[in-house]
Amino acid sequence: MRTMSDAMTTRTIRIVGHRDEEIEAYLATPEGDGPRGGVIVIHHLPGYDRGTKEIVRRFAELGYDAICPNLYWRIAPGAAPDDAAAAARAQGGVSDEQLVGDVAGAAAYLRSLPTSNGKVAVIGYCSGGRQSVLAACTVDLDAAVDCYGKFVTGTPPEGYVLQVTNLVDQLPNLRCPLLGLFGNEDKTPSPAHVDELEQLLREHGKTYELHRYDGAGHAFFSTNRPAYRVEAALDGWERIERFYGALLGA
Amino acid sequence: MCTYATEHADVSGSAKGPGGAWFRVTDATVYFDHPVHALAEHTLNIDLADPSRGPSARVGVELTAASARALMVAIAAALDSAPAELTA
Repeated sequence: MRTMSDAMTTRTIRIVGHRDEEIEAYLATPEGDGPRGGVIVIHHLPGYDRGTKEIVRRFAELGYDAICPNLYWRIAPGAAPDDAAAAARAQGGVSDEQLVGDVAGAAAYLRSLPTSNGKVAVIGYCSGGRQSVLAACTVDLDAAVDCYGKFVTGTPPEGYVLQVTNLVDQLPNLRCPLLGLFGNEDKTPSPAHVDELEQLLREHGKTYELHRYDGAGHAFFSTNRPAYRVEAALDGWERIERFYGALLGA
Repeated sequence: MCTYATEHADVSGSAKGPGGAWFRVTDATVYFDHPVHALAEHTLNIDLADPSRGPSARVGVELTAASARALMVAIAAALDSAPAELTA
C-alpha cells in the first residue's frame, strides 16, 4: 500500500458535514491510483493546527487518503487556528452531534474518492480521542484509534462550559475495532479510567487493543510539547500502522 | 492532562491586538490548559476579545501558574493602592 516515493498531494477542500453544512477540511492523498483505505484525523481542542496537519500528511505517507475536518469552521471560518480554538472554547466547543455529523461527512467524502477501497478509519488525540470513540459508536467506520481521550470513561465535573459527557452508555454500540494508547502518568484519562474502559469493552464483547506506556503522560505524541515521549510515540505509531494495516486493506 | 474548565468574565476596556491596533474588549475567557506558545505543559490562559469583531479580535496571554498568581497579586496591589473612589 505504501508508496515508495512518499509523494503526496495536499489540498484544502470543502466537504459536507453535519446538517449538510459545508465545512473546510485538509486532505492529503498519496501518489498512485489505489485502491486504498482512508483515515479521518480529528483535531484536538487547540484546533486545526500545524501539528494536526502534519499527522494528516503522515497518514498519506503511510499510504492512506487522509483528511481532517475543521471542526471550528462554523464558529471561525478562515481564522488562525489559535484564534478559532479560543473562539470555540468561549462558545462551549463542538457538540457531540456536530462531531458525529462532520466525521460522517468526512467518511463519505473519503469513500467517494476514486482511490477508495471503501474502508475508513478514525483517529483522535486528547479531546479528539474521546471524539474518535464517539464517532466509532455512531458512524460506519472500520477502525478507530483513541490516543489518551479524556472522558471516554470517568465523570466530567459539573458546570463545564464545554459540552462533554462520558461515553459509557455509548460503548455497547461500538461498531469497529478500537486501539487505545495511553500514558500511565496521565490524570485524564488516569490508569483507573483506562481500566474501566477495558472492563466495559470486555463486558460488551468488543474487539480492542489497549496499550499503556510507563514514563509517559498526556499528549506524549505531541512533538512540539514538553510532554513528548519519543519511546512511547514511536511504539504508538508502529501500533497504529499495524492496526490500520490489518483493518484497512483492500 | 487537558482541562475543559473555562471561566468567563464580561470586561470593559481596550487591548492592543493584531497589527498593533487598539480595540475595545468585551469578553475575557480564562482557563488552565495547554498553551499554544509558552514553554510549559500547562498555563493559565487569558483571552481578551471582542467576539463581535470576529475570532482574530483577541489578545491571548499564556502564563505559568506561578506567574499568573504573581500577576493576580500585582493587579490587586495596584487596585488597592489607588483611591477607593477611583476604583469603585
